[in-house]
Amino acid sequence: MISLIINGKTTKVDADPNTPLLWVLRDHLQLTGTKYGCGIAQCGACTVHLDGRAVRSCVTPVSMASGKQVTTIEGLAETALGKTVQAAWQEVDVPQCGYCQSGQIMAATALLKENPHPSESEITAAMDGILCRCGTYNRIRAAIQKVAKHPLLAEQSGGAK
Amino acid sequence: MKTQMENQMENMAAQNPSRRKFLKESTALMGGLVIGFYLPIKSGRAYAADAPPKLVYPPNAFIRIAADDSITIVVNKSEMGQGVYTSLPMLIAEELEADWSRIRVESAPVAAVYNHTGFGMQMTGGSSSIPSSWEQLRQVGASGRILLIRAAAQQWGVPEGECHAENSQVIHAGSGKKLSYGKLADAAAKLPLPDNVALKSPKDFKLIGKATKRLDTPAKINGSAQFGLDVYLPGMLTVLIARSPVFGGKVKRFDATEARKLPGVQGVYQVPTGIAVAASGFWPAKTARDLLEIEWDEGPGAALSTPKMRAEYLELAKQPGAIARKDGDTVQGFKAAHKSISAEYEIPYLAHAAMEPLNVVVDLKPDHCSIWTGTQMQTMDHAMAAKTAGLKPEQVEIHTTFLGGGFGRRANPRSDFVIEAVQVAMAVAQPVKVVWTREDDTRGGNYRPMWSDHIEAGIAKDGKPLAWKHTLVGQSIVADTSFEAFMTHNGVDATSVEGAATLPYVIPNLQVELHSPKNAVPVQWWRSVGHSHTAFVVETMIDELAHLAGKDPVAYRLGILPADSRYRGVLQLAAKNAGWGKKKLPAGHAYGVAVHKSFDSYVAEIAEVSLENGKIRVHRVVAAVDCGMVINPDGVRQQIEGGIVYGLSAALHGAITLENGRVMQSNFHDYAPLRFSEMPRVEVHIVASGEPPTGIGEPGTPPIAPAVANAVFTLTGKRLRRMPFDQESFA
Repeated sequence: MISLIINGKTTKVDADPNTPLLWVLRDHLQLTGTKYGCGIAQCGACTVHLDGRAVRSCVTPVSMASGKQVTTIEGLAETALGKTVQAAWQEVDVPQCGYCQSGQIMAATALLKENPHPSESEITAAMDGILCRCGTYNRIRAAIQKVAKHPLLAEQSGGAK
Repeated sequence: MKTQMENQMENMAAQNPSRRKFLKESTALMGGLVIGFYLPIKSGRAYAADAPPKLVYPPNAFIRIAADDSITIVVNKSEMGQGVYTSLPMLIAEELEADWSRIRVESAPVAAVYNHTGFGMQMTGGSSSIPSSWEQLRQVGASGRILLIRAAAQQWGVPEGECHAENSQVIHAGSGKKLSYGKLADAAAKLPLPDNVALKSPKDFKLIGKATKRLDTPAKINGSAQFGLDVYLPGMLTVLIARSPVFGGKVKRFDATEARKLPGVQGVYQVPTGIAVAASGFWPAKTARDLLEIEWDEGPGAALSTPKMRAEYLELAKQPGAIARKDGDTVQGFKAAHKSISAEYEIPYLAHAAMEPLNVVVDLKPDHCSIWTGTQMQTMDHAMAAKTAGLKPEQVEIHTTFLGGGFGRRANPRSDFVIEAVQVAMAVAQPVKVVWTREDDTRGGNYRPMWSDHIEAGIAKDGKPLAWKHTLVGQSIVADTSFEAFMTHNGVDATSVEGAATLPYVIPNLQVELHSPKNAVPVQWWRSVGHSHTAFVVETMIDELAHLAGKDPVAYRLGILPADSRYRGVLQLAAKNAGWGKKKLPAGHAYGVAVHKSFDSYVAEIAEVSLENGKIRVHRVVAAVDCGMVINPDGVRQQIEGGIVYGLSAALHGAITLENGRVMQSNFHDYAPLRFSEMPRVEVHIVASGEPPTGIGEPGTPPIAPAVANAVFTLTGKRLRRMPFDQESFA
């Protein structure tokens, strides 16, 4: 049995330790917001947070996640920043098919947590690994920039420094 | 051609005789009240305007009003990102006078009532959801409003004419009385349907034409939206299939000893498409599949290699083909021409590569089959599933989930992925989820056909085109499918030559010919279908003629378009907003232009391009679109943005190639969609129009490749005639 802390809750799963975290989240726990797109860390649809950092869960063995804080899209709204990012996504009306958006939002949130006011090129660098086939990239950029200008976030990041 | 084809399809599909009278029924459901309609819908104007009203509509088809005033709209089109879960409810809500904030959406089950008004089957494609629903769903909404007003007037004992509806309420202005729809639904449902439904004048629209937030966004930003891959049933097994590495290959023998030993593996089964591994989840299924030892009887598909096929195609392009269009006399035209040029084009197979790989969940019982999948082709899939399982149609149900992208792949004319999943369910005595890995999806065929084109064109002394001969070589998508009889005439599949045989320019001597070779590679419609390649060859050649004539590319096109052409409006609007011929671009940047009509909509795109380290860099695209009346302007912008990205991915990087019958690409590292860092800025300008709405899901795609290629010519003097462009060197 492997012990995991997912979205703040401790849970035990009976899985081969080499199983990618993605498939434990989906097949064992039915946390289906995290998506499978490529299985080789090329598309980022599976992006989750491990101790606050964005990782590709499709190539992260579940054993590596044991004892760490795993955050998925289902738990993102538990933080003020996560909520703010989702609100920006809503305001810009980013998604089309929506399949890649969990990964996009998780990657964007990890970026904004580390760097509350990213430059254009910092946004590009952070988001380049997350594919979208529907063409939502410009709206993703606009949503991230909206968060970066958000007064609440500016306050928080100021407080954190 | 289109109307004739669609009429035939309609006649075939209309199992019920035409019925003009309205029927109605009511049903209580889930504690709320329901209004349902039978409506003899007139087709949208873009669809067979002369077709008789036919299918009638069963109860609860599109609207359910609950006691709490929530309104559920049942949407009969698949939501694959194109926004139908918002735009179609807008059509109903506009006429219903519904409170938009209380609208919910549900996907329709499979039933004739949900058939496409033009195509006569339940399906989503051809950029046709809005044009085919435009009249139908507004009539549905208007009938609802009339009944609710009638119910209120009867309750109050006042003339109907003194009442009006607003924001899900009926109001009697004289007395100030009000009743909400939830309180009236029961009484309204008992009334006979109105037999004369007048629709609003566009000037009275409150919702249609206003930028409206998508109803599916909340579920798509918190992980709760359910795609096919997200369906989990009790006792369900995940199944991966080892399919032939060569199209058309069969299993000769296999050894699953090692695979079966793996924990979590429930069984290994031979199915018609290969060897299926059923396991407790994706990971054990994938790990076990990797352990299978399979010997294949590869068949003739193993001889297919792209360079050899290319040589054969290019040779065919010089031979006479089936005539798709013939105006004047090209032989005489070329004799009289002042200058002539010719060019050949090479365009590859393309995979759709939707972000969600194909998948199907099947729960098969002796007398029932439930299917969950993201499909664009419910009627076909439903019929084929029933046939495969040996069940009656009424014993099969399909639940349409959200589609993680469709782009045409999920509208398979052979129902490939659904039939296969039912075959698996027949072998495995438990509910199954058949999952395609990314590699399976990329190598699974059903590609946009590979094309070779040859064009010879001549201009007169004044620079205007005098003769044009275009020969296309590529597989017919509908060959050997049930669509062939309706879509292929005199050896010409209409979708093969769309955009080529229908080019808008005034050319007195014009001939378009087609070769449709057959091979083992399955092909399918890919966002914008034939236009995905014809716009490229036609619009780059027109640009060559402009250059040959020594004219500005925009002015040249305007000079050879008919005076009343709607192409002109988008071309001028894009040119004006791009500052074509006026704006000073940064050093090393150039504009390229293209204009194309597809799915009855007109799109011009101007791309600002430079070369960075020998690579094409697209900085900005100014698009102008004329799609008639606009339902949701933000939806139109999304679709043009998306169409451009899809077309640009293919133009810059997209190619599926074969060696010894094997597909050489497998995943996103070697079949690379456009990434964030390559994304141009996109401006979308919409032509104000009172014409009926036309397609928007696909028309953004065709013009981008030629616009970029034409800009590259301005930068380098080099004409791009092979796709993708990243195979060219600009060092």
